[in-house]
Amino acid sequence: MRLRTLSALAGAVTLSLVTGCAQGDGTGASANTVTYWLWDANQLPAYQACAKGFEKENPGLDVKITQLGWSDYWTKLTAGFIAGTQPDVFTDHIQKFGQFADLNVLEPLDDLGIEESDYQPGLAANWIGQDGHRYGAPKDWDTVALFYNEKLAKDAGLTAAELNGLSWNPKDGGTFERAIAHLTVDNLGRRGDEPGFDKNNVKVYGLASNGGGYADGQTQWSPFTGSAGWSYTDKARWGTKYQYDSETFQSVVQWYFGLAEKGYMVPFADYNVQSNQANTQIAAGKAAVTFDGAWMISTYDGFKGMDIGSAVTPAGPTGRRATMMNGLADSITKASENKAGARKWVAYLASDRCQSVVGRYGVVFPATPAGTEAAVAAYEKKGIDVSAFTEPVADTEDFRTFSYPITNYAADVTALMQPAMEDIYGNGAPVSGLDKTNDQINLVLDQ
Amino acid sequence: MTIASSSPPVRRRGDGALAAVFIAPAMLGFLVFLLWPTLRGVYLSFTRFNLLTPAEWVGLDNYVRMVNDPIFWDSLTVTVEYVLINIGVQTTAALAIAVLLQRLTQSSLLRGIVLTPYLMSNVVAGLVWLWILDTQLGIGNEIISALGFDRIPFLADETWAIPTIALINVWRHVGYTALLIFAGLQAIPNDMYEAAKVDGASEWRMFWRVTMPLLRPVLAVVLIMTVIGSFQVFDTVAVTTAGGPANATNVLQYYIYGSAFGRFQFGYASAMSVALLVVLSAITVLQYRLTRAGQSDLG
Repeated sequence: MRLRTLSALAGAVTLSLVTGCAQGDGTGASANTVTYWLWDANQLPAYQACAKGFEKENPGLDVKITQLGWSDYWTKLTAGFIAGTQPDVFTDHIQKFGQFADLNVLEPLDDLGIEESDYQPGLAANWIGQDGHRYGAPKDWDTVALFYNEKLAKDAGLTAAELNGLSWNPKDGGTFERAIAHLTVDNLGRRGDEPGFDKNNVKVYGLASNGGGYADGQTQWSPFTGSAGWSYTDKARWGTKYQYDSETFQSVVQWYFGLAEKGYMVPFADYNVQSNQANTQIAAGKAAVTFDGAWMISTYDGFKGMDIGSAVTPAGPTGRRATMMNGLADSITKASENKAGARKWVAYLASDRCQSVVGRYGVVFPATPAGTEAAVAAYEKKGIDVSAFTEPVADTEDFRTFSYPITNYAADVTALMQPAMEDIYGNGAPVSGLDKTNDQINLVLDQ
Repeated sequence: MTIASSSPPVRRRGDGALAAVFIAPAMLGFLVFLLWPTLRGVYLSFTRFNLLTPAEWVGLDNYVRMVNDPIFWDSLTVTVEYVLINIGVQTTAALAIAVLLQRLTQSSLLRGIVLTPYLMSNVVAGLVWLWILDTQLGIGNEIISALGFDRIPFLADETWAIPTIALINVWRHVGYTALLIFAGLQAIPNDMYEAAKVDGASEWRMFWRVTMPLLRPVLAVVLIMTVIGSFQVFDTVAVTTAGGPANATNVLQYYIYGSAFGRFQFGYASAMSVALLVVLSAITVLQYRLTRAGQSDLG
């Protein structure tokens, strides 16, 4: 009898756990709930604050936010699209946009009243698909700048003004190459530009490495290819031909990876996407400067016992400086069961009301000018100067900003470019091999 | 009530139904999780399918593409290289450990220790080794450097990467494999060794003349199992090198995964999976035949 009671109890508990789990999943399909996914844990508190404001404005509607790490995020989202457990709204990345548009899983947002002029330049336009419909509402933006270890720079006699005034060219590398050569120190204390420098026994590299840069080189070679005037594709958006076969591109890539050959940049063998990215190399004191994105500002600021400054990217052969300007957006899933609520939430996310709140947390630059201003003020309050990231957006004369390549088959392009670039960087393969890779890529795009 | 009866068992009516009930859960699992996915995978290999829109029949297109895809052949070569190193080193080491365990010690503590790495998940083992072997920051390379040698880019160099991943997995699996072989050794009657000793055979000679022949069926099964497992290497690659550098560790399973879940080419990924199934089946049949796994020399 007792045993029977126990097993009945156990059964009941199990059942309640199972049903409890079922209720607690990410979908929460209900007319009163809007589910929202994002990947950046740093941004979670900011968006929770935003959700509070939204719920106040819309009594009876709840926002349920789920945060997942970058790689789990896309796996789970893909699985969600297949299984029908996708969120109503999710943070979307421009590189995935083409694929999602192709898979027809996004809801058009034409009626949300998103105006180009309400956001920083270019951010809204990127989210219009080839069919002319809008699929994303601008959320935030980031640019790339040069982070540097202030002490190592000072030891090398480089001032902040000098680091902000660097220029480069693919022939002799210009003042940029001279600076990173001088920042490089071998095991015997000889600098990279001093006689007897031993490139095979380097203690501190001038420039850190973020690997081969896949197909975009966002924090690797794109500040150089961009300031040399090169573009990924034949058109700004939805191009049909990639241009990795261009002479300009190949000469820049050859010079850039050549920096590792000369011992000024961390060699490919020392880089690992899991264990040793550029920020780790800087934190470990193994490299003096690195290109990295605005989303890393707080990370670099948080290095204990190390002051990190930031400078604008070097000016290139075109006379201008360049940085990728990438913007995230919020998208609604086509299979969302609460589209009305989702629309309201996305409209709110894209408004100044939310973006100014997010800006005040000082973790990201929101897409609206007011949101950006709030973020700059918040960073300032923390004692972080972010002008190296905001200047390129404000000063369009001296700076060129460009977007991630927006085309179909982005995943295929990456799959083909990643090994090709690693082969050049790691194995010294000739850059002319990119002609063939480019042909393969364009063949895929022609499908 | 008698426990044992000498009379022949009487086949009662209804046994079949009862048996069906007992078999049903396993049968259901087999049908749902094995047979159906296999059949569907074979079907999908003849289609263009992105998961979200209906599959479109393309005949042999995926297979033609596979035969002409240099990356497929490259990943097959990389996989075979991995299997050869992994199985070669692992089997030899496991056999040595098992024989030492049997001939030298009765300590169950030692047997337990041998199994310890196996208790760790593949992903954790991969990550721990990744950190130990990191070229710039890993403690392994710090030691190598302190000893006056050049740092070794274990996971970042195309020559080193596959042997390193193969050896990481040897480290994790060797204890388990040794234990399987050890169980096989336990089945060899002790009189065999005693008789050999009386005849004046050395340990070395006993190993080759007694242990190896009698262990053959067990060793064959262990080999078949580990070779199949080895061909399916994925997680260690995913966490340590992600297929790099420059596709040097792009093993077949990783290529299949990337094609399916990264590029949404489920049809092509299915075709490669079918190819892997065919390769594995052929290898298994061949191994089974060559090692006469179904027969024992004992008795």
